[in-house]
Amino acid sequence: MGKRVGLEVTVAVAEAVALCRIDMAGGYPITPQSHIAEHLSNLVADGVLDAEFVTVESEHSAMSAVIGASATGARSYTATASQGLLLMNELLPIASAMRLPICMAIANRAVSGPLNILNDHSDIMPQRDTGWITLFAENGQEAVDLSIQAFKIAEHKDVMLPVCVNIDGFQLTHMVEPVEMPTQEEVDKFLPPFAPHATLHPAKPVTMGAFAMSDYFAEIMKAKDEAIKNSKKVILEVWDEWGKMFGRNYKAVESYRAQDAEILMLTMGSMGETAQVAIDELRDKGIKAGLVKLRLWRPFPFEEIRAALKNAKKLIVTDRACSFGGPGGPVFSEIKSALYAGDHHPAIYNFIYGLGGRDVPVQDFTGMFEKVIADTDNKAKDTYEFWGVRE
Amino acid sequence: MNLVENFDLYAPRLINKKELFSAGHRACSGCAEVLAVRLMCKALGENTVIASATGCMEIVSSMFPTTAWEVPWIHVAFENAAAVASGVEAGLKALRRKGKVDDRYVKVVGMAGDGGTMDIGIQALSGAMERGHDMIYVCFDNEAYMNTGIQRSSGTPMGASTTTAPAGKVSMGQKTWKKNMPEIMVAHNVPYVATACPSYPLDFIRKIEKAKSVKGPSYIHCFSVCPTGWRCPSHLAISMGRLAVETGVFPLFEVENGHYRLSPDMPKKLRPIRDYFKAQGRFRHLTDEEISMIQERVNTEHKKITEKAKYLKTGNE
Amino acid sequence: MALKTWKELPIGCVVSEPGSASEYHTGSWRSQRPVWNDAKCIKCGICYVFCPEGCVQQAENGFFKANLDYCKGCGICAHECWPRAISMVEEG
Repeated sequence: MGKRVGLEVTVAVAEAVALCRIDMAGGYPITPQSHIAEHLSNLVADGVLDAEFVTVESEHSAMSAVIGASATGARSYTATASQGLLLMNELLPIASAMRLPICMAIANRAVSGPLNILNDHSDIMPQRDTGWITLFAENGQEAVDLSIQAFKIAEHKDVMLPVCVNIDGFQLTHMVEPVEMPTQEEVDKFLPPFAPHATLHPAKPVTMGAFAMSDYFAEIMKAKDEAIKNSKKVILEVWDEWGKMFGRNYKAVESYRAQDAEILMLTMGSMGETAQVAIDELRDKGIKAGLVKLRLWRPFPFEEIRAALKNAKKLIVTDRACSFGGPGGPVFSEIKSALYAGDHHPAIYNFIYGLGGRDVPVQDFTGMFEKVIADTDNKAKDTYEFWGVRE
Repeated sequence: MNLVENFDLYAPRLINKKELFSAGHRACSGCAEVLAVRLMCKALGENTVIASATGCMEIVSSMFPTTAWEVPWIHVAFENAAAVASGVEAGLKALRRKGKVDDRYVKVVGMAGDGGTMDIGIQALSGAMERGHDMIYVCFDNEAYMNTGIQRSSGTPMGASTTTAPAGKVSMGQKTWKKNMPEIMVAHNVPYVATACPSYPLDFIRKIEKAKSVKGPSYIHCFSVCPTGWRCPSHLAISMGRLAVETGVFPLFEVENGHYRLSPDMPKKLRPIRDYFKAQGRFRHLTDEEISMIQERVNTEHKKITEKAKYLKTGNE
Repeated sequence: MALKTWKELPIGCVVSEPGSASEYHTGSWRSQRPVWNDAKCIKCGICYVFCPEGCVQQAENGFFKANLDYCKGCGICAHECWPRAISMVEEG
């Protein structure tokens, strides 16, 4: 059994990644990710981690270098946030199309402008359609566990796709949390060595990233879509194995006091913990409130979402980003789309909140519930609102 | 019989017979850039991994599901060939150290055109060179964005007409001087920088081989005649490169640890640039005055490089 | 060659057959072909060196010829051949 230690989450994530015996990491400083890169460099400098740490000159080059290294068969890792992730954007669909099992931490941070270094999900949301398996951590332990699981999922022969683990910037990355850190022996047992499908080496010359025109492009996109859809099976298997080994169970969708709830809230990321406190307060008042937490953003768990929401009369979807001029928040839009195909259609409300690091205390969550409960004839359903903005 | 012809007599014997870049590639007829790639592969040999930028050489060589490459090759995007190559180098280094791949030395090569090197890719290149990766970077400079339709780049020479800097009633075409990329690389203090041209195949091959023997980053700037973009007949592709050298428009030199040396193929006396300009449609509009202005600059630049070779010469000469 | 279905695509579209571009014959692009006059040829091999297609081959007897499956008829070999042993002939 691993040791329970108090660590800053970024440091814990770097320790977890080192336990995965990565061969290469590319790093470029950006708040609030930098501590991951710094700690990995320390581990390399001290000889604890035998890897090449490449201090690239931009996030674009970080992802480029990691793609190059992964293509040689090296287990490769990087971490970024916000503008850095946007700079990488061009390369993300290439990494997934090339089926390179790169793992990346995203210390979620608001995207400019204006410049803001604090947390929301506006950096990851524009990457939705890049073909990356996308996971959200709620606390430090999850950040550690998902970071290790990420390699196993990514490198599974039926997956071979890049994985990103989203860790809310500052609100999670910079917290010192008690974390149970697996031992090296445990990680070695859980995570087999990387067995790539092809590598850049003269022993067997291959061409990667060939040029495809209209005769092949659509087939290649279809293959990528099927690959990421099918990855859910492997993700669930990996979580099952993890649960058996470490006693910590993971699901695509988690529920809290949701079984008999009439009104449900849905969160993604670190806000789940605060929302849970709000649920307890509401329950104490006799309100049948419950919480659903989405951990797996891509591939999107349609069946699990429909099952988790099947008893709700009202549903509050919270979003930490906005699709400007669109349907509201991106999570809202996805949930609506999931429910449309089912036969249960709760009145659904969307609150866009916690933007650019805006503090979200418990009373904000209870406030959202109260507002939705007050809408007795569901007149405000299907609308979205920027929660708490000064009018 | 002059020196070049003497060399040519032995050329096939001096050149690696093995083709590592196959026929069937879709380069335009008479493409000197693809010739340079073919010769580069011969010089590099099998223990090579190439990371290529988007561009002519990428699309003509890798039409899925086929490839012209017989060495491991990867293409990712336009501006990042140097960064991808640096990652390949780092990956192979770690895997070899950890005993996860064959214990053999593999040279990593990044390649891009002038746009992919001097414009959009200069940041990634500068970073990779500064970090000191054990890699060669080759810029295949055909002096414009040929793949997208002959748009100007910072490698386009003064006076050339391109589709985004066309010659017109009030314009002479390109109004800026070609960016001096080899000197930018020299300023990175990399161990080896050279200019080359496939019109001088043995010189080009020797320089690639030298870069291959360097432990650390090296840079080769390869002048690559593009008959399509320069609007000259395809059979002149080789002679056009020769004229660029003979007129001093593209001097052949190498810089080893800061020491300059002009290549033996450089003429003692330059031919007038008019000889080089006249067969190319891209320069046809230039007036005598404009040609004189460019001639003056070529003379100045040639004097500079000659002086560098004189005063910063290789230690053992 | 039949186009592959999406299920048949190699993972990551890796091309594992080096040099398979040679399946495609660029010879059809040609409007003129090089013809060697062996009486003038000094077997220097400059035609072989300068061919952008790498399609000029040396036969057992030391003389050269182009593989017309690939020769695009650029005329470089004829122009660079200093004994003038190669002439470009229009394709019928």
